[in-house]
Amino acid sequence: MENLVQMALQNVNMAAIMPSLVLCCFGMFLLMINVFMPRGKTTAASLISLLGLAVTFVVTLRAWNHPELGFAGHVALDNFATFFNVIFLIAAFLTVLMSDDYLHREGYPVGEFYPLVLFTTAGAMWMASGTDLMTVFLGLEVLSISLYVLAGLFRGQLRSNEAGLKYFLLGAFSTGFLLYGTALLYGVAGTTNIADIGFYLSAHGKMLQNPMTIAGMLLLAVGFLFKIAVVPFHMWTPDVYQGAPTPVTAFMSAGPKAAAFAALVRILILGLGGLQADWSSLLWMLAVLTMFIGNVTAIYQTDIKRMLAYSSIAHAGYALVGLVAANAVGISGILFYMLAYTFMNIGAFAVLVLAGKQGEDNLTLEGFSGFGYKRPFLGVAMSIFLFALMGIPPTAGFAGKFYIFAGAINAGYIWLAILGVLNSAISLYYYLRVMVYMYFREPQEDYGWVRMNPGTVVSIVLAIVGVLYLGVVPGKIMEMAKMALF
Amino acid sequence: MEVLFFYLVALVAVLSGLIVVTAKSPVNSALALVNTFFCLAVFYVMLHAPFMAAIQIMVYAGAIMVLILFVIMLLNMGVEPHKKPTHIAWGAIGGTLVLLVSILFIQRGDTARAVGNISKDVVLREGHTALIGKAMFVDFLLPFEIASILLLVAIVGAVILAKKEV
Repeated sequence: MENLVQMALQNVNMAAIMPSLVLCCFGMFLLMINVFMPRGKTTAASLISLLGLAVTFVVTLRAWNHPELGFAGHVALDNFATFFNVIFLIAAFLTVLMSDDYLHREGYPVGEFYPLVLFTTAGAMWMASGTDLMTVFLGLEVLSISLYVLAGLFRGQLRSNEAGLKYFLLGAFSTGFLLYGTALLYGVAGTTNIADIGFYLSAHGKMLQNPMTIAGMLLLAVGFLFKIAVVPFHMWTPDVYQGAPTPVTAFMSAGPKAAAFAALVRILILGLGGLQADWSSLLWMLAVLTMFIGNVTAIYQTDIKRMLAYSSIAHAGYALVGLVAANAVGISGILFYMLAYTFMNIGAFAVLVLAGKQGEDNLTLEGFSGFGYKRPFLGVAMSIFLFALMGIPPTAGFAGKFYIFAGAINAGYIWLAILGVLNSAISLYYYLRVMVYMYFREPQEDYGWVRMNPGTVVSIVLAIVGVLYLGVVPGKIMEMAKMALF
Repeated sequence: MEVLFFYLVALVAVLSGLIVVTAKSPVNSALALVNTFFCLAVFYVMLHAPFMAAIQIMVYAGAIMVLILFVIMLLNMGVEPHKKPTHIAWGAIGGTLVLLVSILFIQRGDTARAVGNISKDVVLREGHTALIGKAMFVDFLLPFEIASILLLVAIVGAVILAKKEV
């Protein structure tokens, strides 16, 4: 019996889970604090969660170049995980900054919003640092369940209810796929450890073509591609993005997407590298479909949140190109792109947070008529984010797309790169249209007084700094992304 | 003999599973679900996993089913009015495809091998329950702890979404 306790303690390495541990501690502390807070006072909670995220950020940065393994091969805080952890923390930080005022405006000042965001971030961290399918799966579940709740947070709004329920039902369904895939791979290799699955498959080459292995890979991929919102698993995205509270949508479009990419890259490259021919040809088709369907459907949207949802589908397609290439440039391109996308997309949503009125019915193309003149700062900010989303230099979007498509060309996927660039051209249409409305249309109605909430403004400014920094001097971050490869 | 027994129980399991989704009254569905759980417990026994079988009956057939029945009772759900099912053609096509692919897998798949560290001898030597305990608290300690956070999040979420006033 004591022997077992010793064995258990031997595996424990707190340093390997320190960032998520700090986040969870802050999350639980916040849950407790909320009990004693008067109803509707959430500013303190938001400040404490910002503090928690900042502390975690410091802890995370200390782990750079100091890889830690632990818990019997269940978690690895390597540079790859740390890079993604930084992305999640930035996404969460920007989200929390813009949330407090928004929650009050919409009439749902729920204190539990903040601990849930922290737990979501911790779940994303377990996905990125998990080296065992079980850890990755549980991380995904923590992330998803918090997100279902956050999406349906506005209980009195039908759209939010719909978002929460739809996300929950489809998400639970996709989790089933993921778990089934895990079970099949466990049946093949006798282990759920990702690296051990890779070793087993390379030692037993004929298992690679066993239908059980291929089915396991496909089912796992479906689970993650659902979270990334890749066509044909994207059906939930527009409704959920439109219905969820805007800061939640902002977070959802950046954090979980990056987390699912992290897990997918680790599993496909480390665990199922022997099947690369199979999964890369599959992802090739999905990437092209995702880019085209995302971009073409976005053209027909008049609601800005919905348009950004389709644009986020298209961006998932671009990032997938890097995974198809599966070389150093392509994979580090994904890392870079996810960071860049976090800044530009969350920034765009932060502008929507300030531009929206209660109920957010004015967030349509028409509603943005003349917006650029009435609200010069927000207009300029929105333009920068839209330029970044288009991929125009000197913004982060250009650098990100450049690295990803360069990776594809290096790997010999020239057609894929051409189709990607073509898609960027398609996307110009609907991004520019927003700017046409902002600057070349007469204002339809009086905007009234927009409360320039300092938190949201700080969030927008930080996002602008990020977008421009990554766009003007991408070299340093790209070097770090290359160091993050395993 | 064992194979015959397996097919018998499997037949009951699949039939009760079908009743779960087709039954009009939720109470019938729930009772059929209990039946499915019991059949699964029998499978565990056949796989030489008596502890899992006991847990299956206590937790699923016992605790969780009681909860489900309570919910049915409290919500006062009646018999669902008969609705004409839609998308039957798609369901049939999808089901047939899944069946064909499964047959292909079973034919080509090699399921008779045993891989991994835990063989029949190890189970006999160390004991089934001890192995589960070791797996849970030594090898899978971190996932076990993450599961506790998962439950916490689920509880908080349920309270937020269901409470009258937050």
